[in-house]
Amino acid sequence: MARLRQLVQHPWVLGLTGVLLVLLIWTLATSLKLVDPLFLPSPSSVLAAGRSQAVQGLLWADLVASVGRVLAGFALSAVVALPLGIAMGTSTVINRLLEPLMGLIRYMPAPAFIPLLIIYFGLGELPKILLIFIGTLFFNTLMIMDAVKFVPRELVETALTLGGRTSQVLLRVITPCIAPQVIDAYRINMAAAWNLVIVAELVAATEGLGRRISLAQRFLRTDEIFLGLIVIGLIGLVIDLGFRLVMRRACAWAN
Amino acid sequence: MQLRVDQVDKSFGTGRNRKLVLDQISFSVNTGEFVALVGSSGSGKSTIMRLVAGLDRPTAGVISIDGSPVRGPGSDRGMVFQKYSLYPWLTAAQNVAFGMELQRLNRREIRERTSYFLEVVGLADAARRLPRELSGGMQQRVAIARALAAQPRVLLLDEPFGALDLQIRESMQEFMHDLWQRTGLTALLITHDLEEALLLAGEVHILAPNPGRIVRTVAVDLDRSDLRHLRVSREFLDLREELARCLRGLDPQLSPTP
Repeated sequence: MARLRQLVQHPWVLGLTGVLLVLLIWTLATSLKLVDPLFLPSPSSVLAAGRSQAVQGLLWADLVASVGRVLAGFALSAVVALPLGIAMGTSTVINRLLEPLMGLIRYMPAPAFIPLLIIYFGLGELPKILLIFIGTLFFNTLMIMDAVKFVPRELVETALTLGGRTSQVLLRVITPCIAPQVIDAYRINMAAAWNLVIVAELVAATEGLGRRISLAQRFLRTDEIFLGLIVIGLIGLVIDLGFRLVMRRACAWAN
Repeated sequence: MQLRVDQVDKSFGTGRNRKLVLDQISFSVNTGEFVALVGSSGSGKSTIMRLVAGLDRPTAGVISIDGSPVRGPGSDRGMVFQKYSLYPWLTAAQNVAFGMELQRLNRREIRERTSYFLEVVGLADAARRLPRELSGGMQQRVAIARALAAQPRVLLLDEPFGALDLQIRESMQEFMHDLWQRTGLTALLITHDLEEALLLAGEVHILAPNPGRIVRTVAVDLDRSDLRHLRVSREFLDLREELARCLRGLDPQLSPTP
């Protein structure tokens, strides 16, 4: 009994139970034919669709295409947001200059930029990468700016009284101090990047997980739609866990 | 070395909201001296410290070190804040080394001085620990070691033991006195605790609030060979009581209504 309680208290056990429970209900519902298989394909048919796509090499190609776009767009956004956010958090002038502008653009839904991006850059990779860039840049920047504003004043002033110059304060006090919040901001906004890549691929693409889903819809292949959704969820989960791992490794002091 | 604060005024705000916080503050600290400023809240004592550290500018008057005016923060004036000033991502040793790294001392010297100053504050064993793994008193000792390692000409102590429990505070006062005697450092202490000021400082300035101004200066000449004994000695208690009465009289909220 005590051992069971201990087992249940392990953080992964209940989470895994939840997933298995849904799988079980899904299996039961399909094997008892409670729902039309066209609307709800069975787990085994989804698995079969996955196997067939994997054999054809489609799954891999889609994965590479989507992940590549997300990483390229998000990396660009992360690299620009870091200095921009730090600048906005430390300089009153830059802050007053940019914050209203960013507040405005932030509320424009990124997918609404798709038509413009297609007109400007056509249907290739660039508009998709830029969509992810636009859709995550402002959130990344504003979250980093907030993190900078919460750096304790004493930490900055201590460095100054130890003979530190402004550049040293930026690199050796502010940057390490905000690292945990920056990683967390990236982790959270990564989810938005995944939303955007799928939206972009639904609109116009020759390959990618979103493209596969929209093709599947045309042929009423709900098994492939389910497969696409599950794969997207799994990749998101892996990326999320990756960020958490980096956080635990690099910012042990903040836990 | 002489730190001079000469007829310094400080006011915040402009126009009708302008508020004078410091009024004609003058005092000096010479090499090897331990000087304390004592005042209640509202006496502007922390403002004085920020001005001396160069983190703020006086509205009028001059603060100078050996005749050259203070224009901003610098490593000649090391500061120990009340709390939250250790870098939480650095170990105790890395915190102590931090100032020397900012000043780009060579690596060997940094290593040697770091272990020396950790030894001085009695924390050689805690070198690899993160601040959160240290008690409040230990953290303040690391902060003091870090300030000293950067070779300041005067150490600015801004209520350094204010956030500590009473017992730890008393042992830290003894530690500070011992450190002052051993290293011959020069220190300016800001505190609201009269006992602390009288135990440590050779000269104590009493500040009156609203606006902050020095109303009394006392040269403290007591036998400090045993601080624990000193705390309860007649002479010490009398002086403390007299100054406490003076401080109470300055605060309208504490003096009995007529």
